Amino acid sequence: MATSRALRQPASLRIGSAAFLTFWCLLAAFPLFWILVMSFKSPVDAFDASALAVIFGPRTIAEGKGLSVIDIAVGLVFLYFAVRLAFTRLPGLVWALTPPELAVLGWLIGCLAYAAVFVVLLFGVLPPVLGIIDSVAGPLGQPVLGMTTEHYRAVWVENGFYRNFINSMIVTGGVVTISLTVGTLAGYGLARSGSNLAFWLLIAALIFRALPHSVLVAGYLPVFINSAEILRPILGDAAPTLYGQPLAVIMVLVAINQPFTIWMLRSFFQSIPMELDEAARVDGCTHFQAFRRVIMPVMWPGVITTGLFSFLLGYNDFLVTSLLLDSQNQTMVPAIAGYFNRETTTTDQVEAIAAAVSITAPLFLLVMVFQRQIVSGLTAGAVKG
Amino acid sequence: MKFRTFAAFVGPSVFMMVVFIALPLISVFVQSFQVTQPVIERIEVETCSAGFLEQTCTTRVTTRPLLDENGQPQTTTEWVGLESYANLLQLDRVRNAIAAGVPERILQIDFWQALRFTLTFTLLTLPLVVGLGLAIALAVNNAARSIRGQVIFVSLLPFIITPVIGALSIRWLFYGDGIVTSWLEALMGTDISVAANGWAIEALMMFYRVWHVAPFAFVIFYAGLQTVNQDTLESAIIDGANRWERLKFVIVPHLMPLIVFIALIHLMDAYRAFEEVVGFSSQAQRITLQWLTYDLLQPDDAGNRSISRASASAMLTMIGIVIILLPPLRRTWRDHKGVS
Repeated sequence: MATSRALRQPASLRIGSAAFLTFWCLLAAFPLFWILVMSFKSPVDAFDASALAVIFGPRTIAEGKGLSVIDIAVGLVFLYFAVRLAFTRLPGLVWALTPPELAVLGWLIGCLAYAAVFVVLLFGVLPPVLGIIDSVAGPLGQPVLGMTTEHYRAVWVENGFYRNFINSMIVTGGVVTISLTVGTLAGYGLARSGSNLAFWLLIAALIFRALPHSVLVAGYLPVFINSAEILRPILGDAAPTLYGQPLAVIMVLVAINQPFTIWMLRSFFQSIPMELDEAARVDGCTHFQAFRRVIMPVMWPGVITTGLFSFLLGYNDFLVTSLLLDSQNQTMVPAIAGYFNRETTTTDQVEAIAAAVSITAPLFLLVMVFQRQIVSGLTAGAVKG
Repeated sequence: MKFRTFAAFVGPSVFMMVVFIALPLISVFVQSFQVTQPVIERIEVETCSAGFLEQTCTTRVTTRPLLDENGQPQTTTEWVGLESYANLLQLDRVRNAIAAGVPERILQIDFWQALRFTLTFTLLTLPLVVGLGLAIALAVNNAARSIRGQVIFVSLLPFIITPVIGALSIRWLFYGDGIVTSWLEALMGTDISVAANGWAIEALMMFYRVWHVAPFAFVIFYAGLQTVNQDTLESAIIDGANRWERLKFVIVPHLMPLIVFIALIHLMDAYRAFEEVVGFSSQAQRITLQWLTYDLLQPDDAGNRSISRASASAMLTMIGIVIILLPPLRRTWRDHKGVS
């Protein structure tokens, strides 16, 4: 669309706006970029006062852990193709190999397998091959960029961070699944009923959404710790202590997330025309059949978006998981608090940074893949309301 | 839809909200008036050491928790009325401080310190979030279409990141020998210690919050900007409005409902600020109301959790939430009555 001359902006305004935008992007990305850089350096380099020393890591190179020009080039090409393949070939393969009913499972297995192959190639196959090439390449084989993955190895292998990762996945997976199952039903019911009761339920949900989570945890804690005694009259000796159980935490997080979920899903359901329900009902469906066979198939975008936000809630939670889980079952985010609380040496600090980057990486991927859904989810509630 | 079908659809969700939100709320309310303690018995212990002719014996009175038949410490629960609240508010110290003419001393009490910080934090970040979000939205709307996707991607990162990690990533830039502190030191030629200065930490916590929430405001404002009525804008131009006037009289009024929405969400979320205290380890200098409850719930050195004081603190936090929510709820109620 050609702008008329009256609307054209003066150069100063355009430059000012572009400069501001650049500044914001730098501000938004810099802290994250910086912890990524720091996590690959030896502790002395990571906390150096000079930014160039942090980026190039002279002392990391001196320890014999550096990348040559060839390494960087090969690595970048490998990453480029890995990402391209993930976005072009992987979906096709998943669709071809899994029956449509098991699509979710297929995606899960496909992504995990892809990630496994990726990690093996990047850390297992590339380094020795490149080591041989570097030794014969002369000046191009000299290390120029300090880089070490020792902190990641320390965090994941030696400190057993993978256990926290598995716990995180269990809790997050549970929260997303149950949240969506319960939430879609309620969201549909609320969207299709104009009764006073539905209105009051939504208002109550709005109030619940505003509650500080610590208020609720103060209510759970005594009950969860003593649950074995409280439940014994009902369940006998099989009564579980809920404190420290991932399953109990899942239920708590689902409930905390419910108000938000039903508001969001309701607004997505409302954007589906009523006529669709009515047509299905005329054809002899019950309400539930109409919901399952007619409405849900066109609801997937909304469900995926809401699922993303449930995922974020479960994955990012610190308060509930740190209070209701004991240290053996800890998820990733509270576990990191242990790192920076005991950070006595700079090595500990860099390990904490490596753990922080490990937690952030999946979220980064999430934004890359689902950017459009996240934006639509954010605007769904607001622009209409 | 018939009531029975409606109930079947909504039932599971309502059940979960009642069991995990409404009931805990009631139990917190009740707990805040109760104190549960282990039953302590006083016993005399005679310890004797070997001696010539006679043993030397001493008797001491010690206390120990009374155990029930399962070996668990017995506990009693007592009604204490408003005692937990009084412990938290320490009104006599407040009165003394006012009588002595040094109101600053009130801030030495945990609760009042947390309240002071939470309110400052909430009210100062609010205009910054709305302003920065609007500025980014206008700038992106102004930018070439081809780069908008990338800009939105980068902007979403601070929003999507785990709050504790986001706070940590900024902390590592400033605390100790952080890179930004090094730059500031080089610029000003003095030694700076951010971690030791309460106000510096407070500013960092607010900076983090604005950095974290501004993208959310941006995305919503940006969506709102796409629906600005072009005809109104054009008539404004014909009437001779300059850019600033168009922004002030056409665009901002159009975005007003969104500004209210963001302000409301931000008030609710900033009032529950918690992760900042963890990420910046600021508990020695600055605490928030929700962190106060969290801290009381953590087991102390003896393994006891002060549940009743935590409940009282939670109930006091709730009062603020109610105050924030009253105006929008009253408006929704009036709208609802207007419709039906």
